[in-house]
Amino acid sequence: MNPVDISIESLNLITLAPMVIPIIGALFILIIDMFKGGLDKSLYVMLSLLFLFMDFGALLNAAGLFSQSGTMMGVFDVMLIDGLAIISQFIIVGASIFFIPLVLTNKRFHESSYPEYFALFLFMIGGFQFMVATDNLILIFVGLETASLALYTLIAMHNRNRSFEAAVKYFTMGALAAGFFSFGSMIFYALTGSIEINQIAKVLEADNYSNIGFVLVAVVFMLASFGFKLSLIPFHTWAPDVYEGSSAPMAGYLSIVPKIAAFVVSMRLFEFLIHSNIVWVEIVLYITVVITMTMANIWALVQTDVKRMLAYSSISHAGFVMAAILISTTQANSALFLYWILFSFTNLGAFAMLWISRQKYLPAGQSSDQNYEKFSGLVKTSPVAASIMALFMLSLAGLPPFALFWGKMYMISSAITGGYTILALIMALNSAIAGYYYLKLIVYMFMKEPSVAHEQSVNISSNITLSLKTIIGVATIGTIFAFLAVNPILEFVTAFVYKSGY
Amino acid sequence: MVDHILSILIFFPAVAAVLGFAVHKDSIRAYGIFIAIIEFALSLWLWFCFDSTVSGMQFMEHLPLVSSFGINYILGVDGISLFIVILASFFTMIGIASLGEMKDIKNMIITLLFLQMTMVGVFVALDAIVFYIFWELSLVPMLYIIGAWGGPLRIYASVKFFLYTFAGSLVMLVGILFMAYFYYQATGVWSFAILDWYRLILPETFQLWLFVAFFIGFAIKVPMFPFHTWLPYAHGQAPTIGSVILAAILLKMGTYAFIRFSLPLFPDASVFFMFPIAILAIIMIIYTAMVAYGQKDIKQVVAYSSVSHMGVIILGTFALNVEGITGSVFLMIAHGVVSGALFFLVGVIYDRRKTKLMSEFGGLASVMPIYATVFGLMLMASVGMPLTINFVGEFLSLLGFYKQSHILTILAGTAIIVGAIYMLTAYKKMFFGEVTKKENKNLPDLNKRELVALLPLVVITLWLGIYPKPVLEPINNSVEPLVQLMHDKAISEEAKKRIPNLSKGVEIIKTPTQEVN
Repeated sequence: MNPVDISIESLNLITLAPMVIPIIGALFILIIDMFKGGLDKSLYVMLSLLFLFMDFGALLNAAGLFSQSGTMMGVFDVMLIDGLAIISQFIIVGASIFFIPLVLTNKRFHESSYPEYFALFLFMIGGFQFMVATDNLILIFVGLETASLALYTLIAMHNRNRSFEAAVKYFTMGALAAGFFSFGSMIFYALTGSIEINQIAKVLEADNYSNIGFVLVAVVFMLASFGFKLSLIPFHTWAPDVYEGSSAPMAGYLSIVPKIAAFVVSMRLFEFLIHSNIVWVEIVLYITVVITMTMANIWALVQTDVKRMLAYSSISHAGFVMAAILISTTQANSALFLYWILFSFTNLGAFAMLWISRQKYLPAGQSSDQNYEKFSGLVKTSPVAASIMALFMLSLAGLPPFALFWGKMYMISSAITGGYTILALIMALNSAIAGYYYLKLIVYMFMKEPSVAHEQSVNISSNITLSLKTIIGVATIGTIFAFLAVNPILEFVTAFVYKSGY
Repeated sequence: MVDHILSILIFFPAVAAVLGFAVHKDSIRAYGIFIAIIEFALSLWLWFCFDSTVSGMQFMEHLPLVSSFGINYILGVDGISLFIVILASFFTMIGIASLGEMKDIKNMIITLLFLQMTMVGVFVALDAIVFYIFWELSLVPMLYIIGAWGGPLRIYASVKFFLYTFAGSLVMLVGILFMAYFYYQATGVWSFAILDWYRLILPETFQLWLFVAFFIGFAIKVPMFPFHTWLPYAHGQAPTIGSVILAAILLKMGTYAFIRFSLPLFPDASVFFMFPIAILAIIMIIYTAMVAYGQKDIKQVVAYSSVSHMGVIILGTFALNVEGITGSVFLMIAHGVVSGALFFLVGVIYDRRKTKLMSEFGGLASVMPIYATVFGLMLMASVGMPLTINFVGEFLSLLGFYKQSHILTILAGTAIIVGAIYMLTAYKKMFFGEVTKKENKNLPDLNKRELVALLPLVVITLWLGIYPKPVLEPINNSVEPLVQLMHDKAISEEAKKRIPNLSKGVEIIKTPTQEVN
C-alpha cells in the first residue's frame, strides 16, 4: 500500500480561512469564560464583532483572489470558493455584524448575559459559511446542521415560554428537513455514485436522465428540505410561531441569514435540473413560488400582531426571491443577491425598530407583544421613530426609490427577460397586495390617535442605546440612498455570478 | 444655474422640507409661503428662459444612476410639460398661503413641500424609472394628507386611493420593464430613456399588450371610467388643500403620461384603441355628469364634474391630431385652474359652516356677494363659457376629435350641456332665493387670505380665456413634432390615415422613389 502523500499547497487551505475565523472566535470566547466568568456582555459583543470583521477581511481577500484567478477548490476539492459562495458569505457576515450589537440594549435580556450565546452565534456563522462554500452534499449537511443546532439554542435562550415553544417547533421541523435532505442525497448518490453536485449533474446528463422517476423523488425530497429552511409554503408553518417566540432582532436575523444560505444551495442544486428541461421540476417550482408569494401575503393581511405580519411578509419575500431559482438566468441569480442585500438592510431595520419598541411585561388588554394598537398615534409621541418605521414599511412594500424597490424591479425584469411574463405579472400584483398590510401599520402610526392605555407601554427612549441608534441610522440611510448603491452592487454581483457560471 | 434649473425645481422644496423640521411651528407658515414663492419664481424664470420656438426638450440634464441597467437621471422640459410644472408650483404656493387654522400645520406644510418635489419630478423626468419613482412617491404625501386631516372616513379613503393607484402602477412597471427589454433586444443596450424609446418601432401585437399595461396605470390615475371609484371618496374625505392639489395637479399625471408615453410609443395601438377609449371617455363624461346632478354635497358635485371634464381631456388626447392634443394639454391647465378654484371655494364655505350639504345653504348671494361672484365666474368657466379658460381647451379638444368621428363628438358636446344643467342647479340651490337658515345670515364674505388665493385664479381664468396664445403656442410647437413622430412610426394603414402627416412635402418626395423601387 502506498503512503498517502499530500502536499500542503494542494490542500489550498486559504479557502478555509473565512469559515475558520468565527470558529476560532467561538472557541476563544469559551476559553475566556473558562478563565474568568461574569464578564460583561459588552466584552463579548466587541470580541464577536472583532472576529466578524476579521472574517469580512478574509472574505475580501477571497473575493480579490476569485476575481483574479476564478473559482478555487481546496481541501481535497471539497471546498468550492466561487462567486456565489463569496457574495452569500458577504451577506451572512455583513448581516451578523449588524445583528450582534443589537443585544446591547439598556434592559438586560437574559440570553445575552451568557457567553455561550456569542460562542453559539459564531459557530452558527461558521456553519452557514461552510454550507454555501461547497458543492459536496455531505459538507452542506454538516454545515447546515452545525448552524441549525446552534440556532435552535439561540432561540431557546430568549427564555420566555413562547421561545421554548418556538425552539422546539423549529428543532422538530429542522430535524424533519434534515431527514429529507439525507433521503434526497441518498437517492442522488444511488443514481450517480457521487455526492458532488457538479458530478451528479454530469452523470445524470450523460445518462440522459433515464431514471427520471428517481430524480424527481430526490428533487421532491430536496425541495421539501429547503422548503423548510426557506419557509416555502406548505413547509412554512413553523415560521410565524418561531418569529413570534424569538426576540425581534433574532427574528429579523432568521429571515435573512439562514435563507440566503439555503438559497445558494438550492441555486447550485436546481440550476442544472431547471436547465435539463425536465418540465416537472419547473412546474413544481413554479407552483411553489406562486403559492408561497400569494398565500403568505393573504395570511399577512389578517394578522393582528406586527411581528407575525412581518413573519408572513418574510415568507412572501422568500417566495418572491425563489422565483429567481425558477428563472435561473444570470440576471435572475444576480437579482436574487441584489434583492437579498437590500432586503437585509430593510428587514433588519424593521425588526430593530420592533426591538426598541418592545416592553418587558405585557400590559393588560394586550394579547400579543407587538399588536397594531400599540403603535397607534406613534407619530405624536415619537415622530422620528414613526417616520423611520414608516420608511422601512414603504421600502418593504417596494415603493421607489427605497431599497427594496430596486430588488423588486430587477427581479421582475429578470422574469420578463427569462420569458416568464405571467410570473412577472403575478409578482407585481403580489406587491400590490403586500402594500395593504404594510400600509396598515403606517395608518396606525400616522392616522390614529394614541390610545391612552398604551401610551406608557411604548417607551422608545428608554430602550435605545448608541449602538442601536447607529444600526438603525445605517439601515435608514441604506434604505433611502439605496439608489446610489445599486449600480456598484449590481456590477459586483453580476460579475461574480457570471464568473461562477450561473 | 439655469442649466440645472429642473433639478433645482425638484429638490429645492425637498431640501426645504427637511430643514423645515427644525423650524418652530409658529413660524412654519411664513417659512412655507416663502419657500413656495421662491419655487414659483423659479418656475416663472424657467418659463422666461424657455425658448418657445424650439420644439424639442430643453434644459436637459443627464446623470447615470444605475448605468449597468440603463437607468439614468434624465430631465427635460418641453411645451407640454412646462405649464403643468408652473401650475404645480403655483398651486402649492396659493395652497400654502390659503391654509386656515388646522392641527399639526407644521406636518402639513412639510408634507406639501415633499409633494411638490414629486409633482415637479413626474412632469420633467425623461427616464421611465425616474418617472416611476416620482409617480409612486407622490402617493405617500397624499396618503398622509387625506388620512391625517380628512373627514370621518378618511382612513378608508386614503388607503383606497393608495392601493388603487399602487396596484395600477405596478402593472405599469411590468410594462416599463417589458419596453426596456424590447429596447435591449433591438439594440443590445439597456435603456429606460423615453427619448431612446421614441426611436423604437414595435410590432403591432406588442404595442397592443404594452398599451394595455400602461393604460391600466394611467387610467386609474386619471381616473377613467370604470376605475374612477376611488376619486369621490378621496375628494369627499380630503381636506380642502388635498382636494385642490389632487384635482389640479395629481390627476394630470395620468393624462400627461398618456401624451408622453402611450401616444408616441404605441401609435398603432393608440389608433386601435382610439374608439374604445373615446367611448369610455364619453361614458365618463355623461355618466359622471348625471351622477353629479344627483349629489347633495357640493364637494361631490365639484368632484364628479372634475371627473367629467377629465373625460374631455382624454377625448382630446385620443383625437391623435395637433388640435386635439394641444387642446387637451391646454385643458389640463384650464381644468387645474378651474377645478382647483372650485375646491377652494367649497373649502371656504365649509370652513364657515362645517357642512357641505347644499340643502343647508340658500340665498348666499345676498350674504356673501363677492364669494357668489367668484363662484359664479368659476362655475361658468367650468361649464365652458366662451372667453373663459376652459372654453379654449374644450373647443380645441372637441374640434380635434370631430375630425375622427362626428357622432361621438356630438355626443360629448351634448354632455357638456348636461354639465351646465347640474352646475347651474347647484348654483341656484346655494346662492339664489331667500336665506332660509338663520346660521347663514351673518356669514362673513371672503377674507384677505382667501382672496389672495382666489384672485390670481380669476385673473388667469379670464386672461387665458381671452388671450390664450402665450400658452397655446409653446404647447402647439411641441405637439406638432409629436404627431409627426407618431405618423412616421405608425405601421398600419389605418394608423397612417388617422394620424395626420404634417410634413406633406417629404411624403411627395418619398412616393416616387418607392415607385422606382
